[in-house]
Amino acid sequence: MNPFKLHRVRSLDEAADAFKGAEEARFLAGGQTLIPVLKQRLAAPSDLVSLARIDGLSGIAAGDGQVIVGAMTRHADVAAHADVATLIPALSELAGGIGDPHVRNRGTMGGSLANNDPAADYPAAVLGLGATIVTDRREIAADAYFQGLFTTALDEGEMIVRIAYPVPERAGYVKMPHPASRYCLVGVMVSKGPAGVRVAVTGAGQDGVFRVPEMEARLEQDFAPGALAGLKVPADDLMTDIHAGAEYRAHLIGVLARRAVAKATAA
Amino acid sequence: MPEITVTVNRAAHTVEVADNMLLSTLLRDVLRLTGTHIGCDTSQCGACTVHVDARSVKSCTMLAVEADGSEVTTIEGLADGDALHPMQAAFRAHHGLQCGFCTPGMIMAAVAFAERHPAPTEAEVRDGLEGNLCRCTGYQNIVEAIMAGTRAMARAGADR
Repeated sequence: MNPFKLHRVRSLDEAADAFKGAEEARFLAGGQTLIPVLKQRLAAPSDLVSLARIDGLSGIAAGDGQVIVGAMTRHADVAAHADVATLIPALSELAGGIGDPHVRNRGTMGGSLANNDPAADYPAAVLGLGATIVTDRREIAADAYFQGLFTTALDEGEMIVRIAYPVPERAGYVKMPHPASRYCLVGVMVSKGPAGVRVAVTGAGQDGVFRVPEMEARLEQDFAPGALAGLKVPADDLMTDIHAGAEYRAHLIGVLARRAVAKATAA
Repeated sequence: MPEITVTVNRAAHTVEVADNMLLSTLLRDVLRLTGTHIGCDTSQCGACTVHVDARSVKSCTMLAVEADGSEVTTIEGLADGDALHPMQAAFRAHHGLQCGFCTPGMIMAAVAFAERHPAPTEAEVRDGLEGNLCRCTGYQNIVEAIMAGTRAMARAGADR
């Protein structure tokens, strides 16, 4: 690992100042992506600003038809939280399927969303449930937040503070994990809520997570797995890599979307 | 260099560490607790698994500074003198190892798992081992050891 200066800040203001004062800074949340990246020297920032000691950045609150998750909340805590399990079980299940137990004990929701890996799980949760990203500067709707591979609407030095999920009437998440990494070959979140039906796909898109309007339109008519029968997602804009081809991913989207709807309507 | 205080296996240590030192380096190279193994160094194999504040973590994927003020338990901290921890005893009894390199991480992962799953199914044990790789592919006996070790831990807890 290249040397860097680590800033252990106590507040968002201190974090912003440390970031601004550095030549090339990165925020450190749970570190489950960033530390491996640093070890492989794929990045060599001059400064890291650790968010671990800022009060109020972790924890979960439910009320007023929302579940609000602090940015530094660990995946294991999202998966184990009773209110999340009751109000948005699809989110509990998604969090409990990220990586492995040790990664879930360190990795954070805010860190995952700031990184926006195209095969990560949380982008599907945020886009598929229509959540709002709250930063130290503003609120960003899910539809405006994800802007391509590892690219988000966050400005330089902008920090995610919390994520607000509207409680859906129904939601389901199903993924086909890569058997070694547990990242998504394809993951599909479907939900039916106050703002309508949403279908979000992660792991497959060349530009990262995306919605599938054709599926949403059919599910608006009939929120049942059968409503998606025969609907094919074009493979044109999907990823091909050593793990799977675009055609296979396109096929998986259809299969997993039907399963996700079945899961959402089972309870 | 920042000075941190970290409690490792119930003993407090105040040490100066470089900003970019990993927890695994602190444990192995500074505190000389070499039972924590480095298998892959790419955050995949879990041989470096330790407990930080009672949670299993990969010590090669956490900065030493981030452990400031925490309680860390390594494989060296499990046994009570000459008496093996029930999970260690179960790995021995069920031959839950071949070459043994992954074993410290397996056992630390298993103890953390057992504390949250007092009566697991075999499928749950296998799922709980997602972050730990055995290159000898000796999973069968590892799973048997963890099933037995989990029951032994539950019994030991009930006796207390």
